[in-house]
Amino acid sequence: MSMLEMTEREITFSQAINEALAEEMRRDESVFIIGEDVAEAGTPFKVLSGLVEEFGTERVIDSPISESGFTGIGVGAAMTGMRPVVDIMFGDFMTIIMDQIANQAAKIHYMSGGKLKVPMVVRTNLGASRRSAAQHSQSLHVWLSHIPGLKVILPSTPYDAKGLMKTAIRDDNPVVFFEDKMMFQDKGKVPEGDYTIPFGVADIKKEGTDITLIGTSSMVQVALEAADHLAQIGISAEVIDPRTILPLDKKTLIDSAIKTSRAIVIDEGYASYGVTAEIASIIADGAFYHLETPVKRIGAMDVPIPFSPVLEDLTIPSSKMVVNMAKTLCGRS
Amino acid sequence: MKDIDPKTSQVNSIEKSRTEHEQWLHMYRQMLKIRKFEENVNQLYTTAKMPGLSHLSIGQEAVAVGVCESLRSDDYITSTHRGHGHCLAKGAKTNLMFAELLGKASGYCSGKGGSMHIADQENGNLGANAIVGGSAGIATGAALSAKMRGTDQVAVCFFGDGALGQGIIYEVMNMSSLWKLPVIYVCENNLYTEYTHYTETTAGNIIGRAKAFHVHAEEIDGQDIRKVFSTTRKLVEKARSGDGPSFLLCKTYRYYGHHVGDINRTYYRSKEEENEWKINRDPLKIFANWMINDQLIDAPGLEQIESDVQSEMEDSVQFALDAPYPDLNEVDKHVYA
Repeated sequence: MSMLEMTEREITFSQAINEALAEEMRRDESVFIIGEDVAEAGTPFKVLSGLVEEFGTERVIDSPISESGFTGIGVGAAMTGMRPVVDIMFGDFMTIIMDQIANQAAKIHYMSGGKLKVPMVVRTNLGASRRSAAQHSQSLHVWLSHIPGLKVILPSTPYDAKGLMKTAIRDDNPVVFFEDKMMFQDKGKVPEGDYTIPFGVADIKKEGTDITLIGTSSMVQVALEAADHLAQIGISAEVIDPRTILPLDKKTLIDSAIKTSRAIVIDEGYASYGVTAEIASIIADGAFYHLETPVKRIGAMDVPIPFSPVLEDLTIPSSKMVVNMAKTLCGRS
Repeated sequence: MKDIDPKTSQVNSIEKSRTEHEQWLHMYRQMLKIRKFEENVNQLYTTAKMPGLSHLSIGQEAVAVGVCESLRSDDYITSTHRGHGHCLAKGAKTNLMFAELLGKASGYCSGKGGSMHIADQENGNLGANAIVGGSAGIATGAALSAKMRGTDQVAVCFFGDGALGQGIIYEVMNMSSLWKLPVIYVCENNLYTEYTHYTETTAGNIIGRAKAFHVHAEEIDGQDIRKVFSTTRKLVEKARSGDGPSFLLCKTYRYYGHHVGDINRTYYRSKEEENEWKINRDPLKIFANWMINDQLIDAPGLEQIESDVQSEMEDSVQFALDAPYPDLNEVDKHVYA
């Protein structure tokens, strides 16, 4: 196999996460995984399959169903020389670990005047449309983004997932890493071996001139789909993925909006008080005199995610919504 | 005394008794240091020199000192909102403690933590914690980390009877028992969960809760430092040798209110009850009487210790009062490592 073939191989998002964890665990003995059904089961989504076979049950630790307890254990282990990856099976369970994350992990470095640190990754997920109803479908990443001291990561491709996970594990702060459940089988080009992607650097997924579409996590794919449709009617959309929302690469977002003079922000969290509101506000401030139209936002509908497919589909941002809004902003409706 | 390993020390009996003698005196000094420290804290509060509130542990000194004297300096503790005693017993300096309580730059946390968040990494203190039961995970995680790193360090989690109402305590006891972690859960039952007697909030048998997880559990008189020390030493050895976690319930009493501003307490406890503990159950008096009876020290000796500690406190308070506040540009430093 040539180097070119090696570096251009395609693997799934799930394999990219698995590979990042395996490489980091080989590189650094202090990295370990703790969570529910992470060992032989490899999690319900099978993302961690094979890790326990290589690293053993001492480094891939099956826990009881005690999210608060084992997240706290992760915090204590991180403070004393280890680099835990705490696996929270569903992002909805952020509710259960919030004290350990928001009151403990996020504040310990600051409260101790910089003496203690918590190099821990919380690996979890977000995203609806799996017909899993209101307690297994939420996108709660904004809750964590509201807490100084945390970092919040939202990869949208297998390439980004691997590089960002490696950065997360090497970071000396608590990092919450959200994977969209619907992306695990998405394929993409991922280099073999080591590379990292810095936090706080947005990626321009597609260049364009007429409107900026900012998407997070799986909403990047929604934005790209919308951009394809818009191209067919002569609207050139630029698609930007912040990749990390805390820290946030404000400059790239503002620069793009200045260039295109229009922006739509798409995120699967609730629209009210959400990620889209924060980013729209930053663009409105930074690009005000260059904007032709107000910055628009698309988030999840402000309802508990319903079970029935016909209802659930109404609550999630779609490329059709983005296309329609972009056409209106560009005076083409 | 921290250098003495009771298992390997082969000193002759005279040296041994001299060592023990020094050890008891050191422990008395530590207990007195906590009491005087907190009396000064109360004074700083009532004279409006201290920002915010503070939770005093006066009356509970034997637990903090008896437990921490059983530990090495590289063993871990996590503490509570009522944590000055634990911090001092684990080796913290009174001047840097006072400075932190006054929000000064030279304090243990550069003035960013205050009374309820003192951390002293050099002495294994992973921090006091203002969430009741909030540090149970941290202590258990430190124990897991010690085990994974192959050290023989032990972690102690201090918490009060109030934390018995928090679910995380039971989650981590379950895991520490499953995984035989070197952690000791020290419950200081000072009888009041803030302003409510613990019997109104706590059903059943307290140590039975730990025993249900097959966590070794004992209940002792927390006012008797010799009992606290000998019991904890045994539990520390058990943990260090890989024999898993323990739960130590210490019955004790806080002389002051829930915090320094809790002055009128008669609606939840009587003066008679407070006086009974102060007069007949005081850990310093019990300890001093025993040392005098056993001729380890005489009255002038005790007075000398008191005067030494008093003078240390005066210097430390003055240090803190004179210390500068943090630079204003410190406000957004240390948000991230």
